[in-house]
Amino acid sequence: MDAIQQNLLEQVAGLHEIPAGAYNIRANGQMAGRNTTANIDIVTKEDKAGIDIRIKPGTKSESVHIPVVLSQSGLKESVYNDFYVGEDADVTIIAGCGIHNGGSQTSEHSGIHRFFVERNARVRYVEKHYGSGDGSGERVMNPTTEIHLAEGAYLEMETVQIKGIDSTRRVTKAEVGRGASLVIKEKIMTHGRQSAETDFTVNMNGEDSGVSLVSRSVAKEHSRQMFRSRIIGNASCHGHSECDAIIMDEANVSAIPELTANDIDASLIHEAAIGKIAGEQLMKLMTLGLTEKEAEEQIVNGFLK
Amino acid sequence: MLELEGICFSAEDESREVEILNDIDLVLDDRFIAVTGPNGSGKSTLAKIIAGILQPTSGRILLDGEDITGLSVTERAKKGISYAFQQPVRFKGITVRELLSIAAGKDATMADICGILSEVGLCARDYIDREVNASLSGGELKRIEIAMIIARGTKMSIFDEPEAGIDLWSFQSLIRVFEKMHEEIKGSILIISHQERILNIADRIILLSDGRIRKEGTKEEIMPELLGYGQPCRTLTDKL
Repeated sequence: MDAIQQNLLEQVAGLHEIPAGAYNIRANGQMAGRNTTANIDIVTKEDKAGIDIRIKPGTKSESVHIPVVLSQSGLKESVYNDFYVGEDADVTIIAGCGIHNGGSQTSEHSGIHRFFVERNARVRYVEKHYGSGDGSGERVMNPTTEIHLAEGAYLEMETVQIKGIDSTRRVTKAEVGRGASLVIKEKIMTHGRQSAETDFTVNMNGEDSGVSLVSRSVAKEHSRQMFRSRIIGNASCHGHSECDAIIMDEANVSAIPELTANDIDASLIHEAAIGKIAGEQLMKLMTLGLTEKEAEEQIVNGFLK
Repeated sequence: MLELEGICFSAEDESREVEILNDIDLVLDDRFIAVTGPNGSGKSTLAKIIAGILQPTSGRILLDGEDITGLSVTERAKKGISYAFQQPVRFKGITVRELLSIAAGKDATMADICGILSEVGLCARDYIDREVNASLSGGELKRIEIAMIIARGTKMSIFDEPEAGIDLWSFQSLIRVFEKMHEEIKGSILIISHQERILNIADRIILLSDGRIRKEGTKEEIMPELLGYGQPCRTLTDKL
């Protein structure tokens, strides 16, 4: 792996070296490394690009890293990864994709991740997207995440896109079973002429299921963002979605929340706020000696932390 | 020493020019200076003009003889002016430790923060990593606001109604904060307040009304007049 790919790997997965535990590293469409453990198996799909990750029931405190890096300009790929998480397992899954585009052609990665989380299993899923390179070619990333939570299962998804992705359409669909809960935390920053579209659909199918969707974003310069969330309560459940955006410069942000209750005991809440940085926040930090630009950076970094 | 020379400030209100401050001349070089007066008398405007948040319509501001009228908020802060807002600002995602570090101009250590927060009656262990957001009460925010001024340690500190909303914490402690600040920095502290107990520690009291200085002097000179104006309603005090 070259220095560019190693830098991407560090950005998206925080990896300086080969990770402990199970991993599968994909570089420019090829497998660049894989490790399995006694409890976690990774198998290449035969019918299409991608892998199946099988985590045995009862696996505790193990992690799986599946980073993807693209440094070849013009490469376009769709990758299908399926995660099967056995009953009572408790694992951390770190995905992430970095694109370095130094050329003039569009580089594109579409990752389709499906999670089948069995009874009472717990998953922490971290996904980071990052782009670099000064070529004129676009860096495009379209992640799709499909989540199936069985009774009592729990999945927490942290998804972050802070830099360098020109265009993204992020689709997340979930089915939440009885007593299961889903937590999604999304952080996005766009600048230049980038566009980011987020689309969540969560079906709350089981009694006492719960979902919390929190999106925080900053749109700078001429970038555009669209946040759409749909929560459908088909049983007694608690659903909460929150979209909080800072708009700057000439940017454009839309938030479209949708709540549907098909059960009298479905309790659903949506909060959305879009606004510029409050003048008094800038002023306060300036009275502490920061310049306006420094104050703005502090506020944005804190907001997306 | 801070000097205000002929400071005027007017603002537009429903397309009509309203005079908020009129020809204010002041020399601020005492330990504690209190500015008091009825609501709308221009007290907060005066503080904002000193901090650079508002620009005077006319007049000059001098800090240690240097004309700072044209300087920005940031430049004035760097020259040693601090301003504790009447209504503290909330920040999503910024912690107490980060704000105090910005105020101190360096990465504040646990020991630094413990020292500062304990002065305002907060335990660093409970607050250091808290976000300065809506999860904090008005009283907590107000104390953190005061803590930022302590962390800065500048020669001119302005507090806009520091007592407002201070819960579970005594005036005595607040007054001790001011005294300690002065002992350590030997600067001037300007406090906008209505509170008799705070006015009582002032070396000089400035009474503003309708944007003008009505009276200026020691507490012995000013307090009798103050106690005369705005006497609380008897029906209410009897009930209390």
